[in-house]
Amino acid sequence: MSNTVTARRPVADSAPLPVSLKQPRLPRWAPAGLAAAAAAVGCGIGLAAGLESRIQWGLIAALLFVLGTFLLAAAVEGTRQAKDRLATSLVWICFLLAVVPLASLIWETVARGIKVVDGYFLSHSMGTLPDAMAGGGIYHALVGTLQQVGLAALIAAPIGLLTAIYLVEYGRGKLAKAVTFFVDVMTGIPSIVAGLFVLSVWILILGFGPSGFAGAMALAILMMPVVVRSTEEMLKLVPNELREASLALGVPKWRTILKVVLPTSVGGIATGVMLAIARITGETAPVLLLVWGAKTINSNPFEGAQQSLPLYVFQQWQQGSDASYDRAWGAALVLIAFVMILNLVARGIARWKAPKTGR
Amino acid sequence: MAKRIDVSGLSAYYGSHRAIDDISMTVEPRSVTAFIGPSGCGKSTFLRTLNRMHEVTPGGRVEGKVMLDDENLYGSGVDPVAVRRTVGMVFQRPNPFPTMSIFDNVAAGLRLNGTVKKKSELNDVVEKSLKGANLWNEVKDRLNKPGSGLSGGQQQRLCIARAIAVEPQVLLMDEPCSALDPISTLAIEDLIGELKERFTIVIVTHNMQQAARVSDRTAFFNLAAVGQPGKLVEIDDTERIFSNPSVQATEDYISGRFG
Repeated sequence: MSNTVTARRPVADSAPLPVSLKQPRLPRWAPAGLAAAAAAVGCGIGLAAGLESRIQWGLIAALLFVLGTFLLAAAVEGTRQAKDRLATSLVWICFLLAVVPLASLIWETVARGIKVVDGYFLSHSMGTLPDAMAGGGIYHALVGTLQQVGLAALIAAPIGLLTAIYLVEYGRGKLAKAVTFFVDVMTGIPSIVAGLFVLSVWILILGFGPSGFAGAMALAILMMPVVVRSTEEMLKLVPNELREASLALGVPKWRTILKVVLPTSVGGIATGVMLAIARITGETAPVLLLVWGAKTINSNPFEGAQQSLPLYVFQQWQQGSDASYDRAWGAALVLIAFVMILNLVARGIARWKAPKTGR
Repeated sequence: MAKRIDVSGLSAYYGSHRAIDDISMTVEPRSVTAFIGPSGCGKSTFLRTLNRMHEVTPGGRVEGKVMLDDENLYGSGVDPVAVRRTVGMVFQRPNPFPTMSIFDNVAAGLRLNGTVKKKSELNDVVEKSLKGANLWNEVKDRLNKPGSGLSGGQQQRLCIARAIAVEPQVLLMDEPCSALDPISTLAIEDLIGELKERFTIVIVTHNMQQAARVSDRTAFFNLAAVGQPGKLVEIDDTERIFSNPSVQATEDYISGRFG
């Protein structure tokens, strides 16, 4: 034993450890300072060169920031840290690039829409108001959207939920594979095609008129695959051990699904349904084909033309007067707020229903 | 209360792969029988055939007979749900229901089976089961807290309480201590000693000392080679298996000489 130890000694001596683990580091404020400097220089270059677009200023600043961090880090800290900082700054820039359109969209909509959104706007329809005149409101569109989306959710959520339960808990063999395949195909159906399908069956062949319900059927076709997919993923996340634990207690399979599997995943499922609703709320094409759009309040979704928010935006924009542009932005703002509230509710449900781990 | 298990000519398959081959044995009532053997030799699969949990796995299929006293578990017209109510199971990793409180976890079997009792009756069963699992004193003040907030050893005892709350005749345990520390293991081994007064217990374990400590009879499983089905080598009184087994392979495995 002692021989091997002495034999190894010289090898260890020939490759000594670095004397110190400390290396020069950039101060913590360096990235922020560099970013500020790059922004300032970018603006300066933009002004000096007379570039009109602010986007060009931003791109110059971003480029300067990436280059500056890399060179500075390479000079002070070494190549490995420089690469690390390069990757970090690229990630930051990509994040900003993703956020800029979103923030500018929300800014634009709020800035233009807020001046018309008030109590009157939310509680009155267009009625007989001429399009070029200011005033009017979106009450009829709000009612229509709520009813159409609600009906679509009533149709699509149960079917989607049960399909997902079948696929995860029972589906074996060819039928399950076929269902999965067709759900995938349905996910890719363009909304106008769903609208045309309902149009040809419901209105042209069966001879019904336009109605909120017809639109809801097309929206349900679009919503169903989304619900199936998200519910499927949530059910797959439930550990098999829980199903086995329940089955081993002598609980029948359907009760196991109802009392153990679904409660464990209900938060995620509710979130998925909410997001699917949010997705169909903004659909315009099927509504245009099947609901037609009305100027007055029609609170019966089963008879006659209705209005909906996205369609209202589209039609007001088409009118082309200043007053109708304002109304279009106002309705868009309400639409975004509606979808955002749905998302917040979904998050709330997910947090509220998440399995608790506290002591 | 406790029942005798009589297995004859039992083979289990996963699809076309035969996992265990032609096993016959008798498990005595009110005793602890331990299954030992190398990984992959089919101990757990065999255990799961004893309450028809094997067929829950996709492609799982069984041939042969398992007699519980005088009823064949695999006879025609036997409801697997009824079998599982009679033969309970505790799993390797503690798996309390995450959405339920400690109380609801123990009451789960009764509630989910539809044999909903009165609240007072339910209280009694939960208290009795938690006492039976030596957990009552630790959790009696926080029965409404989630079961997943307990320590690993407490969770496993909670799962045992959940299993015995439905009053099974037989309790199957699949390596119940493999994820636990020595103190929790000791608690569960003591518990097994108490439970065998009331139940027939079958336990799979990789821990030879544990088999020697808790069991009355021990069965040794082995497989000829990887991919071959597992077989029962011998079953005998634990004392004999660990002192003077009749098959050389058993002695090699127990004493650490194998391969």
